[in-house]
Amino acid sequence: MGIQTETVTTTKTGLREALKRFWKPYSRIPLLGWLVGALAAVLLELIVGNQFGRLLGMSKAPALLGLVIIMKTPLLIPSALAYVLVIYLLPAGIIARVGTSLANRAAAFLYQANTGLSAIIHLALFYAVLHLWSNLSDYRLLVVKLTLIAIIITLSLNVVNGYMGEFSCSHPGFLALGAYAASIFTIVLFVNENRFGDALLPPALGPFLFPIGLILGGILAAVGALLVAIPSFRTRGDYLAIISLAFMFIVLSLFNNLEFVGGPRGLSNQPDYANLPTVFIWTVLAVWIINNFVRSTIGKALNAVRDGELAASTMTVDTRRTKMTAFLFSAFWAGIAGGLFAHIIRYINPGTFGIRKLAEVLAMVYLGGLNSVAGSIVGAVGFNLMGEALRPLEILKWIIIPVILILLMIFRPTGLIAFTELDPIALLKPKAMTNEGGDHVAA
Amino acid sequence: MQSFLQNIVNALQWGSFYALIAIGYSMVYGVLMLFNFAHGDVFMVGAYIGFFVSSGLLALAGTGAIALPPGVMLGLVLVLTIIISMFLNSLVGMLIERIGYRPLRGAPRASAAITGLMIGIILETGNLAIFGAQRLSFPALIESTTFQFLGVSITNKKILIVFVSILLTLALHQFIRRTKWGMAMRAMAFDFVVVPLMGISINKIALLTFAIGSALAAAAGILFGVAYPVLDPYMGILFGWKAFVAAILGGRGSILGAMLAGFLMAFIEIFSVMIFPSTMRDLIVFSVILIILTFRPHGFFGEPYSAQMRL
Repeated sequence: MGIQTETVTTTKTGLREALKRFWKPYSRIPLLGWLVGALAAVLLELIVGNQFGRLLGMSKAPALLGLVIIMKTPLLIPSALAYVLVIYLLPAGIIARVGTSLANRAAAFLYQANTGLSAIIHLALFYAVLHLWSNLSDYRLLVVKLTLIAIIITLSLNVVNGYMGEFSCSHPGFLALGAYAASIFTIVLFVNENRFGDALLPPALGPFLFPIGLILGGILAAVGALLVAIPSFRTRGDYLAIISLAFMFIVLSLFNNLEFVGGPRGLSNQPDYANLPTVFIWTVLAVWIINNFVRSTIGKALNAVRDGELAASTMTVDTRRTKMTAFLFSAFWAGIAGGLFAHIIRYINPGTFGIRKLAEVLAMVYLGGLNSVAGSIVGAVGFNLMGEALRPLEILKWIIIPVILILLMIFRPTGLIAFTELDPIALLKPKAMTNEGGDHVAA
Repeated sequence: MQSFLQNIVNALQWGSFYALIAIGYSMVYGVLMLFNFAHGDVFMVGAYIGFFVSSGLLALAGTGAIALPPGVMLGLVLVLTIIISMFLNSLVGMLIERIGYRPLRGAPRASAAITGLMIGIILETGNLAIFGAQRLSFPALIESTTFQFLGVSITNKKILIVFVSILLTLALHQFIRRTKWGMAMRAMAFDFVVVPLMGISINKIALLTFAIGSALAAAAGILFGVAYPVLDPYMGILFGWKAFVAAILGGRGSILGAMLAGFLMAFIEIFSVMIFPSTMRDLIVFSVILIILTFRPHGFFGEPYSAQMRL
């Protein structure tokens, strides 16, 4: 008689088991499949969204995935949920599931053919989804654009706060420097108005030279970061926090006093160059470059400086150069984000970049998770969506959001998704086909 | 020369506020190694508590239940206001410690900093929600009389403010130096880990630290209300951050340092306005502080080494 091996099956609760069984076929859908499903859902919304919304009792399609409606008129909660289910979840889920094998084959083909091509196709699909979704209303477009630059800001702050472990309060200052520099660039060169005189170059050239303006803003912010980086050589921790705070107040005060950029009244008339493709491309660039930065040797050096500066310096890490690079790199991207911000809102004044902005950017980083690119994205998107969803509650919004963050700090002090690496190439792979019941050991 | 002396008097008054608030920051930082970014808003809450207490006391006095000459009555109201508000605000501070900071005792300090910022926002927004955006007017608790001394006009309000703040600081200093609780606080500032091994409850000392800091902030709030009788929910922000910088400038955990740094900042502010355009005040103050911190990063009375990094 042979040895009988028994399968040890743990008894799970019925609900959890049922959920796992439900999700199983969906876990085989590659990213490509989900993107196509989302595209289908968004197309459906474009065609029948408004009518369906009216059918359910709302005046039109809900503005922000139904979140705002839920807060504003609780009676319409079932309608909003029904809308989300029928217009978004069902089409996306069904199309993605039905096309699983096709999507997997396509993903595998693309992946083998050329990973770059695969990435571009995925990004193009994602952009199409965003573009079509935001087509429905200006409000959606604004939310999408602001969320995208929030991702850039959060990523750049995470480089210093998360990967290098400093507590840097200077980010609003970098945002301000980038915003003002890019604004002055575009206004002086491309806009006829009374403060700076006539446009120096034909306005048609504007959108093409806009990246140069953004980069100039980034460089100015990086130069400003020197004021924070150089003292950081001698100090760490708390004193660096003070120095960065002093830097922020100095920048704020500087712009408040510079009459030629408007002083406290601010600067407006920025041309409308920050359209969705531009913002999307810059966000993708930021995510790609920052992700590569933190996964490279210098990213490891950042972690080393955080975990033990003395030990790192004995292990051939040039701590000064690392700190300098981290601050300047982070400030550069913050400057870019500031420039984009200025051209989306098309009005900036020093008050925008004060303590409230500092609290917001810190909240986004710590909400999403330190030392993690995925966490920064989640934090930026989550914070912005939460802010927009809670907007109908007006003043209560700024009580609920801090409470949520405090609870988060108590139960997950490093954030939702912390200390994880993001491998974008892995996202492009097809999901492996597993057998039904393949995870049980046969007796 | 006259305006120079006048500015010195003004700076002493202005510096008293910074000093009292900075001491609260410095104490919490020294004993608990964390920044209580909500402290500026605790100052604001103290001022509002003072507003309500003094209004209530004045109404009580107005009923004529107790017969005292008006000057003495007002003085009594002022003293009682300060004492009662300090007590009530210390409860607020202890509540903040218990709810916001105690669960984060072992967490990375950055999380505590974020919590502090959030608590500050909750206090501001709560105030805005409850009392609306209209500014409140602090009742007059002192009849203002002006003395002329060497060509400098000094009001009794200014004397009171400087006097009360120095008195409170000295009282605190004696408390820290001579009582057992004070010794426990000094011990915690010196070595956080060993203190519970010696039978001292960290929770109690933390509550006490926050209580004292918040009480001082309430005193600062009431004195501010006496000098500038307009209260609004956001009055604590700029004061809080500047006092925070002053606390760091004074050195970790050093009360004397915090007081000196608070007065120094006030002096720089007032005298920079004398020479430069007044809009550049913040710019100059923070630039000077940046320069000081670049060359002496640990502040006036702090230790030169970067102490246990409890990140």
